[in-house]
Amino acid sequence: MKRPGHRLRPIIIKEFRQIRRDPRSLIFLLVIPAFLLLLYGYALNFDVKHLPLAVCDLDGTSASREFIGTFEHTEYFNLKLRLDSPRAIDRSLGREDVRIALVIPRGFGEDLAAGREPEAQVIVDGSNAQSASTALGYIGAIVQEESVRLFAQRLDDRGLRGPAFPLRTDVRVWYNPELRSIKFLVPGLMAFILMVIVVVSTSFSVVREKEQGTMEQIAVSPVRPSELIIGKTIPYILISLVSAHLVLFLSFILFGISIKGNYLFLLLTMVLFLTGGLGQGVLISTVTKTQQVAFMISILTTFLPTFILSGFIFPIRNMPWVIQAFSYLVPAKYFLSALRGILIKGSGLSAFGPDLLFLAAFAVLALALSIANVRKTDEERPRARRWRPR
Amino acid sequence: MSVSIDVRGLGKRFGAFTAVDDVSFTVRRGDIFGFLGANGAGKSTTIRMLCGLLAPTAGTASVAGHDIRREPDKVKASIGYMSQRFSLYEDLTVEENISFFGSVYGLARKTIRSRMPWVLDLAGLRDRERSLTRTLAVGWKQRLALGCAILHEPAIVFLDEPTGGVDPISRRKFWDLINTLSERGVTVFVTTHYLDEAEYCNDIRLIHAGRIVAGGSPRELKERVIRHPLLEVECSRPVEALEILQREPWVLETSIFGTTLHVSVADEAEGRARIARILKQRSLSLIRLDRITPSLEDVFIHTIEEQTGARRSGEARP
Repeated sequence: MKRPGHRLRPIIIKEFRQIRRDPRSLIFLLVIPAFLLLLYGYALNFDVKHLPLAVCDLDGTSASREFIGTFEHTEYFNLKLRLDSPRAIDRSLGREDVRIALVIPRGFGEDLAAGREPEAQVIVDGSNAQSASTALGYIGAIVQEESVRLFAQRLDDRGLRGPAFPLRTDVRVWYNPELRSIKFLVPGLMAFILMVIVVVSTSFSVVREKEQGTMEQIAVSPVRPSELIIGKTIPYILISLVSAHLVLFLSFILFGISIKGNYLFLLLTMVLFLTGGLGQGVLISTVTKTQQVAFMISILTTFLPTFILSGFIFPIRNMPWVIQAFSYLVPAKYFLSALRGILIKGSGLSAFGPDLLFLAAFAVLALALSIANVRKTDEERPRARRWRPR
Repeated sequence: MSVSIDVRGLGKRFGAFTAVDDVSFTVRRGDIFGFLGANGAGKSTTIRMLCGLLAPTAGTASVAGHDIRREPDKVKASIGYMSQRFSLYEDLTVEENISFFGSVYGLARKTIRSRMPWVLDLAGLRDRERSLTRTLAVGWKQRLALGCAILHEPAIVFLDEPTGGVDPISRRKFWDLINTLSERGVTVFVTTHYLDEAEYCNDIRLIHAGRIVAGGSPRELKERVIRHPLLEVECSRPVEALEILQREPWVLETSIFGTTLHVSVADEAEGRARIARILKQRSLSLIRLDRITPSLEDVFIHTIEEQTGARRSGEARP
């Protein structure tokens, strides 16, 4: 007479009521992700711009000033210090007043005019390898461009129409033409933030009922383990979807990241990913006995794996194969790949279909294991009691 | 009278440990059935099997006409359960708890609404339906839990130490509720370690180390188990007196109850004389010496001691 799953409704209503009574869980789910996006979004920035530059111009000719100008007129370097002697470089690099020093030796202009190859010295603070190598790239490009310009000018001065250069490249950057690292980072941030939040929030769900004894009351009722687990997950799927949209909205407002691809695919991807994460949380909840342990396991299984093995920051293909193998177990990796496809590239289903399949499989597996675990915990011996003869 | 619970050779092993061993009994419809035993004797394990939570490793049982092995879901739908640990949602209101458990048992919203006042009256929680459950005193919580457990009008209610940690007045009120249920034809299966409460039961089973060791109505138990006269002795230094009397061969059994001793002897007149004599010899002053009707506590202690004694001697001579 009753349709199947009619016991889902009371469980869903009950969960919503409990979430409402405990504003901390709502804050955790809705406010923390937005806050983390803000924090990481501004803090994690791999773009190397406006590097403080010191210049020691020992030549002081118009040629040297012109050469320095080519550095100054880019957005990559800010001329911050003018030094009289190369000896001062050590101190200002050491104090991190500047990250790069350019030394132009005496006779630079003269050598240039005479057609000899003058040398300028560049000193880079290599303590931050990432920004140092980026800076070196910029410097190389600037110097090369300047050399080509000077060469062409020289030919021109001699009245020669120079031959075309033997090789030309026409570089176009797709998807992220300004090469802003934030476009690369935001999908990763979304995956990271949502994964941690979602797993932690549901990891309490079953274990809390065990601690409070309500689990036993549910167990003797006709509620089936599947109804309990699914009923508990649904409210969290809805809330975490709201949270995910909040993060999307904020990344648009703050970082100008819009959805290039199909929104429905994005929604599907998010639902699958969030369900998997929630499933993982519930699973943790079914195997633990206290909320503290559940919390610790959630953090351990989400924080580092998602940070390191999802391709969020560190490219997976550069890792040793053992670690690469582990990365295949991290759902955030697939979510991230699909998310970059949809958000940034606007690619179609064929590009991220396999990712979605994995996410779906992960979600089903996590929930199925949770259901099996709820069934099994009933089979435990009712507390270890000792009988003592009087 | 029809049988409500029929248990046959029920057993449960956890690895090498036998928690319940070949337990059989029947419970008549409308009875208040007391299931007594020390902690770890197998009470909870038996209840959990009867409620369809644990699969037995031996034997079977039918509860409200449903086999607990084959139809645990039907068993669950036709019973109410309330455990020693208060187990309603503390962060839901009284009303919300009632409607949650009602709908979990498949009651229509209309039915829940119509039974709500009845549960509220039963728990004495009129005008507090919107209070959070955590703000209620233990006695009220207990009655609300019972209300939630019988909302779907089950044929049988299982109460696992329902009055643990409740004050005497609330306990009394709770037992009034149990009596009301029984009068309406609901079978009440209750475990308790308050032996005064066991006096309210129509039928009792005593479980010890996983086995049923005694059973019957409280009266039958007292008559059958304690066959010898029982004397209550009030004297100075009762602990010393206990040690003295335990060494006497004519004393069948002694135990201490607060400041008095219960002494079982073969013959009343002879026993009185001997007790008076030996206490005088040891210069302990005898204040009072009466024959008493044994309480369930005497029955309980007697049976358990008999059991452990039998076991020990059995072990000594294999």
